Amino acid sequence: MATFVHTVGQMVYRFDSLKEVMAKASPARSGDYLAGVAASNDGERVAAQMALANIPLTHFLSEALVPYEDDEVTRLIIDTHDAQAFAAVSHLTVGGLRDWLLSEQADETSLRALAPGLTPEMAAAVSKIMRVQDLVLVAQKIRVVTRFRGTMGLRGRLSTRLQPNHPTDEPAGIAASILDGLLYGNGDAMIGINPATDSIASICALLEMLDAIIQRYDIPTQACVLTHVTTSIEAVNRGVPLDLVFQSIAGTEAANAGFGINLNVLQEGYEAGLSLQRGTLGQNLMYFETGQGSALSANAHHGVDQQTCETRAYAVARHFKPFLVNTVVGFIGPEYLYNGKQIIRAGLEDHFCGKLLGVPMGCDICYTNHAEADQDDMDTLLTLLGVAGINFIMGIPGSDDIMLNYQTTSFHDALYARQTLGLKPGPEFEAWLARTGIFTQADGRVRFGDNLPPAFRQALAQLA
Amino acid sequence: MNKHTPTADNPWLALRNLTPARIALGRAGTSLPTGAQLDFQYAHAQARDAVHLPFDADGLAAQLSERGRHSLLLHSAASDRHQYLQRPDLGRRLNDESAATLRQYAQQNPGGVDLAIVVADGLSALAVHRHTLPFLARFEEQASADGWACAPVVLVQQGRVAVADEVGELLGARMTVMLIGERPGLSSPDSLGLYFTYAPRVGLTDAYRNCISNVRLEGLSYGMAAHRLLYLMREACRRQLSGVNLKDEAEVHSLESDDLASQKGNFLLGKD
Repeated sequence: MATFVHTVGQMVYRFDSLKEVMAKASPARSGDYLAGVAASNDGERVAAQMALANIPLTHFLSEALVPYEDDEVTRLIIDTHDAQAFAAVSHLTVGGLRDWLLSEQADETSLRALAPGLTPEMAAAVSKIMRVQDLVLVAQKIRVVTRFRGTMGLRGRLSTRLQPNHPTDEPAGIAASILDGLLYGNGDAMIGINPATDSIASICALLEMLDAIIQRYDIPTQACVLTHVTTSIEAVNRGVPLDLVFQSIAGTEAANAGFGINLNVLQEGYEAGLSLQRGTLGQNLMYFETGQGSALSANAHHGVDQQTCETRAYAVARHFKPFLVNTVVGFIGPEYLYNGKQIIRAGLEDHFCGKLLGVPMGCDICYTNHAEADQDDMDTLLTLLGVAGINFIMGIPGSDDIMLNYQTTSFHDALYARQTLGLKPGPEFEAWLARTGIFTQADGRVRFGDNLPPAFRQALAQLA
Repeated sequence: MNKHTPTADNPWLALRNLTPARIALGRAGTSLPTGAQLDFQYAHAQARDAVHLPFDADGLAAQLSERGRHSLLLHSAASDRHQYLQRPDLGRRLNDESAATLRQYAQQNPGGVDLAIVVADGLSALAVHRHTLPFLARFEEQASADGWACAPVVLVQQGRVAVADEVGELLGARMTVMLIGERPGLSSPDSLGLYFTYAPRVGLTDAYRNCISNVRLEGLSYGMAAHRLLYLMREACRRQLSGVNLKDEAEVHSLESDDLASQKGNFLLGKD
């Protein structure tokens, strides 16, 4: 392992490995303190950033943060690295990469070409020496477009996952939240349920229900029930209609083992989804969720800082050409991200690193009640991610997830982003909203229809 | 749109009967109307207040004493709430003084106990203040009929679930039950959780515990929670284990009925 020495005036700072420079260069967050890898003071942190800025990108190809022999995620990263794509920046240091990313040489085309040439560790490294405005500006240049039944990630678009969770998976309760969301124009990324019960029978029942609703109302969206990938495979084997295959993933083999998965299991899930050929516009069908701190909470971080571990998860994700990837940024709690400031920074880092690596990033802009965060912090992150060009966000009734007990973005929050930033839903869903008379959008302004769509009026009449 | 107010009503208000979710909130432009906005803020404020409410362990000890129950007042290794929230490892251990207190107690009362009852603030002292006494009254009424020997009630400030392992180990307890304030939700600031462990010792993971969650007036009743806990105690002693290998049969039964419920149709798909 290399030793890095950096001198500022009279002060000499010494770092004994790339892993240590990376960890100490990370902007402060509680999870790195909990792991005992953070800088001991602000001076050491900036010195580590200066040392990191001087490290050549090629060094990242020779010093693995998690040993190649011990970890299949490291092997995936190294074995799939595209040297030809890397050539564009291979002469640069981490600091030089930051300058290049901000320059006019880096545009949508050159950044798309670069993505397979960057390792997650390079992306994480450069993010550590970037301010919030850098993370927004560079991400905004990048587009990662994916397709299944709808198109995600086009410029000027912002999609939403309608998340109609219910504490006991009661179908009528789930349907009520679905209709509420659709009537507020949410749901083009997916209608995605976190089930309360994990039995195969109830998972299959939910999948059947979502498929029937999407077909009955001809909604150009995709369905997802967020269950373990092996349960999704079982549902496919039973002939149940399944659009997106979900799995939580992390950035080390050991952390993934904690989720009960490895790359082979994910490949089986991907192939099971592909076998159904349900996408009409494309076959991106994996849906992954991630979040800083997951490797540490599984005691599987190998002394690597939590943001770098998170970025390594995107290497796992991009291998399976996902439809969407969601960093559930504030869900894990204050021992990993303590307050609004840390959550906001982490959300922007994750989005930036994911996009730089060619991953279709979204963010569950969220917090729990024991974090030092509130709705104002979420508004700030939502606005920043909207400007940064995020592919999708969550949409939930009144920001209150009554099953998972946390707060995320509401149907109304998405409408705020549409109004202020002029962002439209995916084109297929935009056309459906106009056709059904829910709303149209011109010059950013959202105009709701005067009456309930007839099909939904009929459904509501059944309740009378 | 109502001509006299700038907010749009919700023609689908009837759906509120189907879910506790915050649906059909209406809109001001495309934003939340004032009423819904402030309702949310109040719910969040209540949850926040529950997280930061100090645990009145002295008050609880006095109330227990009135009912003839002795208690021990301990503190975790997390010095305050700020540290507690960022260092879960410290909340799982007793501080040195508390560990010494327990050791001394165990020396003076040799022979161990069947069940150590541990009460910790967790993430909601409000839950502990509200539910500890009435729950224990129901539980001990049934437990004494079974002939279980209980140690004094151990109250731990700034405690997490696993601190009960150290308490149990030091007391030589065969089993522990931890009564702890759960992470407050927006509509449930006072939810109490019960964590049961057989053969407690430092270093156990959650896989060795059984959890009975959501004990509060709007959730699981004291009687039902006590019933389930006693069931777990009897089964744990019979099979000499707790955790994932010891399922709560009552719970399994209720999950199966949920499966049946999800086969039904709903209003979006017609009455089929």
